[in-house]
Amino acid sequence: MTAIDPTAHLTAEQIEELGRELDAIRDEVIASRGEKDAAYIRKVISAQRKLELVSRGVLLFSIFPPAWLIGTAGLSVAKIMDNMEIGHNILHGQWDWMRDPKIHSTTWEWDHVSPSEQWKHSHNELHHTYTNVIGKDNDLGYGIMRVDEDQKWHPFHLGQPLWNFLNACFFEYGIAAYDLELGKNLHKRRRKNPEFRARAKAVGRKIRKQVLKDYVIHPLLSGPSFLTTLGATFTANLVRNIWTHSVIMCGHFPEGVQVFERRSIKGETRGQWYLRQMMGSANISGSRTMHFMTGNLSHQIEHHLFPDLPSNRYAEVAVKVHALFEKYELEYVTGPLPKQVFSAWRKVFRLSLPNKKPKVKTPDREQELVAA
Amino acid sequence: MVTTPLLPSDYLDLVSPLRAGAELRGRIEAVHPETDDAATVVIRPGRGWRGHTAGQYVRIGVDVDGVRLWRAYSITSPTNRQDGRVTITVKAILDGKVSNHLVRRATPGTLIQLDQPTGDFVLPQAKPAKVLYLTAGSGITPVMGMLRDTEFDDVVMVHCAPQPQDVIFRNELHDLVADKKLRLTEVHTDTDGKLDIARLDELVPDWAERETWACGPAGLLDAAEEHWTEHGVQERLHTERFRPSIVVAGDGGGEVTFSATGKTVDADGATPLLDIGEEAGVLMPSGCRMGICFGCITPLKAGAVRDLRTGEITEAEPGVLIQTCVSAAAGPCDIER
Repeated sequence: MTAIDPTAHLTAEQIEELGRELDAIRDEVIASRGEKDAAYIRKVISAQRKLELVSRGVLLFSIFPPAWLIGTAGLSVAKIMDNMEIGHNILHGQWDWMRDPKIHSTTWEWDHVSPSEQWKHSHNELHHTYTNVIGKDNDLGYGIMRVDEDQKWHPFHLGQPLWNFLNACFFEYGIAAYDLELGKNLHKRRRKNPEFRARAKAVGRKIRKQVLKDYVIHPLLSGPSFLTTLGATFTANLVRNIWTHSVIMCGHFPEGVQVFERRSIKGETRGQWYLRQMMGSANISGSRTMHFMTGNLSHQIEHHLFPDLPSNRYAEVAVKVHALFEKYELEYVTGPLPKQVFSAWRKVFRLSLPNKKPKVKTPDREQELVAA
Repeated sequence: MVTTPLLPSDYLDLVSPLRAGAELRGRIEAVHPETDDAATVVIRPGRGWRGHTAGQYVRIGVDVDGVRLWRAYSITSPTNRQDGRVTITVKAILDGKVSNHLVRRATPGTLIQLDQPTGDFVLPQAKPAKVLYLTAGSGITPVMGMLRDTEFDDVVMVHCAPQPQDVIFRNELHDLVADKKLRLTEVHTDTDGKLDIARLDELVPDWAERETWACGPAGLLDAAEEHWTEHGVQERLHTERFRPSIVVAGDGGGEVTFSATGKTVDADGATPLLDIGEEAGVLMPSGCRMGICFGCITPLKAGAVRDLRTGEITEAEPGVLIQTCVSAAAGPCDIER
C-alpha cells in the first residue's frame, strides 16, 4: 500500500457516478448476450476435449521423442484450457444464463485436485467479495506469503521465495490446501470438525481420481511407453501449474496494486466496491492467444468488476473500463506477462524481509503536509 | 477413471449425440411452413426414443438466443412413419420465444433436447364406431397425429380458425374429405364468430353418440365439458388443454412459497428472496449477498422474480435457477428450499 490513497481525489458522488457507469457497461453486455456467446463456449469446450483426446492418444506412443513432445505440449494446453477459459469461468456462473445443465456452475467439475464445490466457496465468495482486504482475502499471499508492506512480517516469510516457487510447481495442490484452509484447520481442535473432515475426504477422493488417471491408468494404457507417458503427464501438470500460478500472481501482486484495511470496507457502497476492485487488480497485455490462454484473466480488472460476465466479452468491456480509469484519473495497472511476473516476484523477494513501519512518506504527501 | 472428471459420454457426445445410451436429443432435419405463422418441424430423434402413441406430446429444449427453453408440442406424425422421424407442428404465438424461433428461425441440422413423449390424450385400444374431433387453432395438432395414425369408419371434425388460410393442414384435411375418410366443418371465427357449443346439434346431430377428442383454448374446452356433462355423456369426451404458465409479474412482490420447507410468506417487491427466506427460517444457501458469487442459486419452481439490479423479470421454467440475493418476488412465486 502506498502512503497516499490514489483515489483521494474522488468525491463520494463521483464514486457513485463511476458505479453507475460501470453498471451501464454490465447491462449492455447482458442485454446483448446470446447465440454467438453460447456458440463460443461450446466451441472452446469441444476444442479442448478433442485436443486432450488427441494428445493422450499421441502419448500412447510417447516412447518416441517427437510423440512425447507433441503429446505433452497438447496435453499441457488442454489442461490450461480446462482450468482457465473453461473451468474457472463456468464455475463463476458466467455461462449459467444459457440454462444448459451441462455447462453450469452447479454441475461443472474440472481437471484439478480441488473439488469445484470448495473452490467456488473460497474463490467466488471470499476472494471476489473481499478482494485485497487484509485479513479477509486469503488470496493475498495465500496465507504463506507477504505481498504487501502492511501485512505483518514473521520469520517464516524469509523463505517465501522458496514457498512461492514450490506453490507454483504444485499449484493445484496449493489451491486444494488453500480451499480447505488447511493452515487453520490442522490445529488439533479443528481437525476433528466433521465438516472439515467431510471436505478433506472430498479432496482426498478427487486427488485419488486425478492421480490414478494421470499417473497410473494412462501410463499403463501406453504399455511400453509407461515411463515416458508418466513423465509426460507429470510435465503437463507442471506446465499447467506454473502457467496458472504466474497468471494469477499477475492479477493482484504486481507493483501498483492496492490493498485495503478491514475497517475500510465497513458500510461499503456499490461504487466503493467497484473502486476497490479497480484498484486491487492488474491486467496482462498481449495478443488474443495470450488472453485466451489466461482464460481472459489477463482482463483481471474487468473480471473483478464483472465476475459473472462471459469471458469472451471482457476484451470489449476492457476498452470501456480503461476509458473510465482515464476519466476518473486512476491508474490502470497493466503490462506484458514477463514484466508483471517479474514485478510480482520482486515483491515476493522484497517482502520476505521486514519493512519499516510507518512507511516513508512520498514527496507528494510531504508537500501536502507543508502546505497544510 | 480414464476420463475423470468427465465421463466417456462427454467425449462420445462430440461425435455421436444421437447414439443409444446418450441423453435423449434430436436433430432438426427440416422445417416446412404450414400457414403464415405455423410450421412443421421434422425431427430425427436419438436412438433412445421410445416411440409415441397418437395424440401425445413431447417436451423439447431449444436454445433460443443461447438460452435453453423447454416447451411441449403435440406430435403430428403417425406412429408408423417409415423413416423413424417425428414431426411437431408449431404455431407462432405473440411474444412466444420458442414458437417464433421454431417457425421463423430454426435451421436444419440444429440439435435439440427431447423428453420421451407423454400425455393421455390418446386413442383407445378398441376402435370406437363413431368419432368426433372438436378442435380450434393449434388444437388441431394432436388430432392430426391421430388422423394420420388411425383410420375410423365414421369420423367427423369440427375445426375453428379465424380464416380459411389459418387452418393448419387444410390441404391434407380436404384430401381426406375428398377420399370420404372425413367429414369436416370449418368454423371461421372472423366471419362466423366463436363457435357456440349448442350449434353442435345442427353441425353434428349425433355428437352425443360419438367418442370425442377436443383440443383448443380453455373457453372452448370449458364449454364442451359443461355441454357433455349436461347431457350425461361426459365419459365420451376427452380433452387436452394447453396450459401456458400464467405468470402475474408485478412490482408489488407477492406470496412466496418455499416448497421444500413448506413455508409461505408475503414478500414485497424490493427485498431479496434470500432475506425473505432467512427471516422465515428457511435454510437458504448464501454467499457474497451482492450477486457476484453464485453461491445462493436456487431453483425457481413457479412464478416470477425480478433482478433487483437490472429490473429484468425471470419466469419459472424447468431448470431455471435464480440468485436469491439479488432477486425479489415479482408476483407469487415458489422457491425450491
